[in-house]
Amino acid sequence: MPPLAAPGADHVQPVPIGGRAAQCPFAPVAELYDTQKEDELSRVKVPSPMLGEFDAVLVTRYDDVKDVLADEGLRMGGSMPYQPGNLLSYDGPEHTRLRRMLTASFTTKRARELRPGIEAVVASSLDAVEEAGPGADLVQLFSTPIPTLVICELLGVPYTDREGFQRRTALALDFTQSREVQMEKAAEMMAYMAQLVARHRENAGDNVLGRVVREYGDQLSDEELAGIGNMLLIAGHETIANTLSSSIALLLQHPEQLAAVRDDPSVTDSAVEELLRYIAPATILPRQAAGDICVRDQEIHKGEHVVPSVLAANRDLGTADQDLDSLDVRRPAQRHLTFGFGPHQCLGQQLARMELRVALPALFTRFPTLRSAVPLDDLEYRTNALVFGVNALPVTW
Amino acid sequence: MKIEVDDTRCFAVGNCALHAPAVFDQNDEDGRVVVLDPAPSEQQYAQVREAASRCPAAVIVLHEDAPDRPGTIPREE
Repeated sequence: MPPLAAPGADHVQPVPIGGRAAQCPFAPVAELYDTQKEDELSRVKVPSPMLGEFDAVLVTRYDDVKDVLADEGLRMGGSMPYQPGNLLSYDGPEHTRLRRMLTASFTTKRARELRPGIEAVVASSLDAVEEAGPGADLVQLFSTPIPTLVICELLGVPYTDREGFQRRTALALDFTQSREVQMEKAAEMMAYMAQLVARHRENAGDNVLGRVVREYGDQLSDEELAGIGNMLLIAGHETIANTLSSSIALLLQHPEQLAAVRDDPSVTDSAVEELLRYIAPATILPRQAAGDICVRDQEIHKGEHVVPSVLAANRDLGTADQDLDSLDVRRPAQRHLTFGFGPHQCLGQQLARMELRVALPALFTRFPTLRSAVPLDDLEYRTNALVFGVNALPVTW
Repeated sequence: MKIEVDDTRCFAVGNCALHAPAVFDQNDEDGRVVVLDPAPSEQQYAQVREAASRCPAAVIVLHEDAPDRPGTIPREE
């Protein structure tokens, strides 16, 4: 592979936006490792059907990614069209104000309180898998229904509406779709959520959306409320579903580690952190410089796109004594950047952790002989979406 | 050890309450950090350091030299 061009070079190599190796989608492409070794930050071309090809500063070292994500001189923007109410469309004090309206619903305490509900949802999904019998697709029957049911319950979104919002979400987050298709799906999602918001305005329900309407309804427009609802709905089901599927696929490839997760409850917490570190489902977290900023004394100019690679950074935690390219569920929890860092760090991360901690051991305990129904090399991964995942995961036991 | 937090800059992700639940909590209004034990015992130091290092807003400041018992903390200028 040719090295990526240094700043000022005449031409730069395009880098696939996901940056995942074709033969092993859990691993970063070789170029990402190469850039970690370079002293100078790399300027690359990022192909994006949504935005067209754009130039960006690629950031791959752990310390740099952390610095960049915490830098107030960077803003979101560039990666997604503006959506009122969506935290990813805001920065600075406006972002803080909006975010604080939601944080009470996603604390560690709330996640602990939700545990019994999550356990019930997991048990019913396991029943569905058992009923379907060998050949059952865990993406359809386990990984997707669990977070979808949980977020629907939490938000007060009817679960019976799932087919529509799951399909729209998948299209809206597929970056091979045109900007027109993405905008169309985003508009449909807003229309859907607007009617739920209207119902809460009439009679605020006992759930997250109801609480936001009750406590902050006078400060928020209907459009902002619908945007908040959609953001939570999408972030709440799509990311966790994909992480669950990827985690299962990965553990099926490491039977000894799967056995540890199944048989030793003391491994659960570290295993979940290790899976999060290794999978990095939101592979990149794009930003844009709001002014001139510095990373390791190197200037990034106002308006430049910055693409921090979480996937690469999570394997570069500065701990030379550990092989971070391997999966080790017994490893003490590493300070991975899977949930991001800084003001936009994932709002729902404690809920995500709880769902993974409950669902994974429960699956392997219910089906102790679980294995893939197809050769593991034949599994198809979703590398064309903003959130990495597995398309289907047929299993037998 | 003495713990000091600036909750005006807290992002309320709850990593502190996750890693050192006996020392940190989150308030019910907007999830911002609450220090349950500003002068934790030595057994909790490792957890507290972990919690502080994982704070995405870097709002947890640890005064490692301060004595454990409250009331004996030297006043800062």
